[in-house]
Amino acid sequence: MFDIEVKDLTKRFGDFVAVDSISFNVGHGEVFGLLGPNGAGKSTLIRMMTTLVPPTSGKVLINGFDVVRSPNDVRQSIGVIPQAMTSDLDLTAWENMSIFAKFYGLSREERRKTIKELLEAVDLTQWADKPLKMFSGGMRRRLEIARGLVHHPKIFFLDEPTTGLDPVSRVAVWEMLSKLKRERDLTILLTTHYMDEADKLCDRIAIVDHGKLVALDSPLKLKASVPGKNIMEVSFANPPPDWQTLLRNLPDVADVKAVDNVFRLSSDNGPRTTVEVMDAARKAGVEVTSLSVQSTSLDDVFVHYTGHQLRDALQAPAVYQQPRV
Amino acid sequence: MHRILAIIERDLRRFRRSPTLIMVSVVMPLVQLIVLGYAFGGKLKHVEVGVVDEDHGVPAVKLKEMFQAIAANASTFDTVAYTDQTSALHDLRSGRISAVVNIPPEFSRSVLAGKNPRIALIEDNTDQFAASALEGSLTQLLAPYNAPATAPRLSADVTLSVVEVYPYVPYIQYLLPGSTVLAIFVSAMIGGGIIYIDDKARGLHEGYLVTPIRKFELILGFNLAGAVKAIMAGAVLITVGSLIAGIPDPLNVARLARMMLLVVLTALALISMMFVLMVRVSDPLVPRAMFGVLNTLLFFPSGAVYPIAAFPNWMKAIATVDPFTYAVDGFKELLLKNTGLWAISGDLLYLFIFTLVAMTGATLLFRRTL
Repeated sequence: MFDIEVKDLTKRFGDFVAVDSISFNVGHGEVFGLLGPNGAGKSTLIRMMTTLVPPTSGKVLINGFDVVRSPNDVRQSIGVIPQAMTSDLDLTAWENMSIFAKFYGLSREERRKTIKELLEAVDLTQWADKPLKMFSGGMRRRLEIARGLVHHPKIFFLDEPTTGLDPVSRVAVWEMLSKLKRERDLTILLTTHYMDEADKLCDRIAIVDHGKLVALDSPLKLKASVPGKNIMEVSFANPPPDWQTLLRNLPDVADVKAVDNVFRLSSDNGPRTTVEVMDAARKAGVEVTSLSVQSTSLDDVFVHYTGHQLRDALQAPAVYQQPRV
Repeated sequence: MHRILAIIERDLRRFRRSPTLIMVSVVMPLVQLIVLGYAFGGKLKHVEVGVVDEDHGVPAVKLKEMFQAIAANASTFDTVAYTDQTSALHDLRSGRISAVVNIPPEFSRSVLAGKNPRIALIEDNTDQFAASALEGSLTQLLAPYNAPATAPRLSADVTLSVVEVYPYVPYIQYLLPGSTVLAIFVSAMIGGGIIYIDDKARGLHEGYLVTPIRKFELILGFNLAGAVKAIMAGAVLITVGSLIAGIPDPLNVARLARMMLLVVLTALALISMMFVLMVRVSDPLVPRAMFGVLNTLLFFPSGAVYPIAAFPNWMKAIATVDPFTYAVDGFKELLLKNTGLWAISGDLLYLFIFTLVAMTGATLLFRRTL
């Protein structure tokens, strides 16, 4: 039995299809990432899995419980960290956790022990009696993660856990999640639009774009599925019209994608292709304005499967913003 | 039950740390009680009245002396003598005086001949309160003027003897029941409307919805948490407000206990009404925009500031369903008449049924999903 089973899951808002017949399973102890830009359908997907949004069709089983038929069994099995910070700024860290522990029916002694342990785990013990209004964004997020684990859930959902945090806080959250997963035998599903986050944390990644699941595998296998070992990004000042074809015909070049005067070349041999590109440019009288060579990254995977860069999709306005509560 | 208590605990901890909120929900109705109580409750004083004597006879002089006696004692009006009607009317229209009393030529002759003597009151009727008070005062003044110098030994005139069952009720005391209900309403509006929607908009409720808490537990928790704050506000008004308004024996324990029962039921009725109105609202501006409308729509038709019997039928219809009406009526009975619970059993029953209906409606309308 899988901890999370998603079968042909679809969500429509009027004519708009936010999630389009997505299926996947998540095994016990796995860290599973949903990667995609804003408006891709990640949050709607996670909200359906956590009983917050009813599916239009399809089926979701969490810990063996159907989200539609047995929502309270699902809620008892999961810890959820929504995208918005949902802790109360006027209450202290301890009070915030204690109130949520009461929602799950923990006894006084259990509450005291669990909250103490979790605050230690997220390195907030010395802040236990301080109101959250004194906390930084990173501290609040760490507290929310601790709060989500107060009832010892089997499966942990995190919707964009590091969005809005500074780089140092992001790394701190990653380390804390890895530690908690090891110590608590958790299955984790998280959504993110950070490539490095997905790469660092996830055992498997599902790439979601425009409500569809476009790729699903481990980060290593996803990278291996992109043609070429290296990705070169070269900008030219005045490329001729057949420049893309010329570059594609260079030895070792597996694929070329062009956006304006910027060309992305997938190559099996980065250093040699660099020399060949420079030679070809010199012979054709084309000026090279910039050139970079890197190993295949998840960014390249995203471009390969969706046809556009994640950073471009993040900058574009989201097609649909789900209404908030 | 522990989940409901957790919601109440969270709300009260927040409330304790928000002194501004406490001040607004308690101080505003107290300020209103004092300001409105004294603004509406006072007697008219020193209204400037021009007197034009075109007669100069002895009966006219006697009449003017009576005017001056009122100016010197009750001070309802001050008299200003004019020699001609034109300048008096000019001052009336320019707002320097509020009325002109004209004693016409031949007035004394008519009095002495018993030929239906008349004086004229020309008044600025844009201020109905001042105008009617002045009319009343002058009518009262004319009664002894018209009385015969020697009263007949046996009179056939019917006179009215008024017996007041309760001590004199100044307007500030009359207003106290309404102010108490208003204090409870302001707390209900802040707790059940503004804070509830703000929390919703900030995503706080999303945190609740992913826990196993049930719909009814959430609604009951929110209602009770809001009610506790409203009860605190009501308790302050029935004690501090009673002291300010000068209610006799304000700290009578038995009466305070009866009033607390009414405060509790009023708080529950108003908070559950707010929830049934707000349960599907997401926009934080809505409760703020509705505050003034609801306040006007519920407070004024309730009989808190003016008797319901004087309202047109459509306003009486509002008063019939308005929970304010029953709460105000109950507080009037307890505060002004010191009655027992039997006298307000109808009010208590209505508020109880209203609470049940509103809370059931809120639970049915509440969405467990986003």
